[in-house]
Amino acid sequence: MITLNNVSKRFGSFEAIQSVSLSIKSGEIHGIIGASGAGKSTLLRMINLIEQPDEGNVLIDGETLNHLKGKRIRQVRQSLAMIFQGYHLIGNKTVFDNVVMPLDLAKTPKKGRAEQVMESLRFVGLEALRDQYPSQLSGGQKQRVAFARAIVNQPNVLLCDEPTSSLDPNTTAEVLEVLQRINQEFGVTIIIVSHEMEVIKSICERVTVMADGRVYEEIEIEPTGVHKMEHSAEGFIKRLKSSGDINHA
Amino acid sequence: MPDILVEYQTEIWVSIGETFIMVGFSILAALLIGLPVGTFLFLCRKGQLLENQVVFSSLNLIVNIIRSFPFLLLVIFLIPFTRFIIGTAIGTAAATVPMTVIAIAHYSRLAEQSLLDVPKGVMEAAVSMGASIKDIIFKFLYVEARSALVLSLTTSTISFISYSTIMGVVGGGGIGDFAIRYGYQQFRTDLMVYIIIIMVIFVQLIQFAGITLARKIDKR
Repeated sequence: MITLNNVSKRFGSFEAIQSVSLSIKSGEIHGIIGASGAGKSTLLRMINLIEQPDEGNVLIDGETLNHLKGKRIRQVRQSLAMIFQGYHLIGNKTVFDNVVMPLDLAKTPKKGRAEQVMESLRFVGLEALRDQYPSQLSGGQKQRVAFARAIVNQPNVLLCDEPTSSLDPNTTAEVLEVLQRINQEFGVTIIIVSHEMEVIKSICERVTVMADGRVYEEIEIEPTGVHKMEHSAEGFIKRLKSSGDINHA
Repeated sequence: MPDILVEYQTEIWVSIGETFIMVGFSILAALLIGLPVGTFLFLCRKGQLLENQVVFSSLNLIVNIIRSFPFLLLVIFLIPFTRFIIGTAIGTAAATVPMTVIAIAHYSRLAEQSLLDVPKGVMEAAVSMGASIKDIIFKFLYVEARSALVLSLTTSTISFISYSTIMGVVGGGGIGDFAIRYGYQQFRTDLMVYIIIIMVIFVQLIQFAGITLARKIDKR
């Protein structure tokens, strides 16, 4: 269980996050949606403390993370994998060497690393590209390498920051399918930040709608795909869509 | 080979050896001290992992002051320091002291700039994967910046060769000093021109090697 208790974050005089509280259940796929500048990425980055909250607490399974330092915070981060819009692969390393990196950082025994890496690459369907460099891959392939890197040391949580924003619709569908399989096969809790309503609707069980650094609404998505939504949130999302800040299929 | 080069070949080889010693020590100092200083400068910048305005400003100022010195004046200014370190301010060994000082300042700045070209996202990914500072430097920063670091070292090495020509003022010798003493001061313009050609060939070879290596290791 991930819990954010009244977390706030300021950048200079700008209040990016204002007293946000949020609970995410283990094994859930949770979406965070909102317009640009709503604070959704900042909120996501607070969960693995890439951004330290100025106020409030971040708890994972009851352990407060805020005050962790050094080796302990690094260990916690190793169990919270992250996916980025820009992939953030190491350009001078091969696909294999990119994917092995989390195992190397976690100092897992060298024996067996290759098998773990190949298992991850097989999971995302890229085992044949193990010796390629990221510059030789398409956007969708790069994102799948990022997924392989994220799951290679079996994290408990996967934080996804706009993972499909720079992908075409077909590749987006492939990437979402990989995300769903990660959730179903490994029981990984997934938190996905997106401004694309279709992405959120297609895989999330619950959605947090953010605006101006605050939680505007929490929405349950029913298995049928129909979302139970408070009237106010529906109107809010419509406004965002009409302003072009949220894409909708 | 021109007769004049044959006539002076012993002196020329000795001078080339002296240049190699001075430039070699400079490259070593650049790599062993300049690179860590440049890395530290980068990491202490605003928004970076070890952000520290006081440390950054102080280090930045020192590097700027050293680089601002006209090199001839730096050599003279450092004579007491050189005497303290080496025991004498004259000779090739003594000449390596101001050369290493300028090498550290020169390469630290170029290294810092090379590291600035590493995409911020790579650093972010490293932090999110739980990398330590040491891991971030050696497994992410240097890996991504390796091509730029090689090119920077190539540029620095060529500058060091240029700086070494001044070291004649403290008896440091070197190929540039040979060109001045035997070519210019003894009115052997042809000898000076030949030495300049030798230096140009050296520089071309270093530049070619640097660019080739940088291209080979850049997979981005």
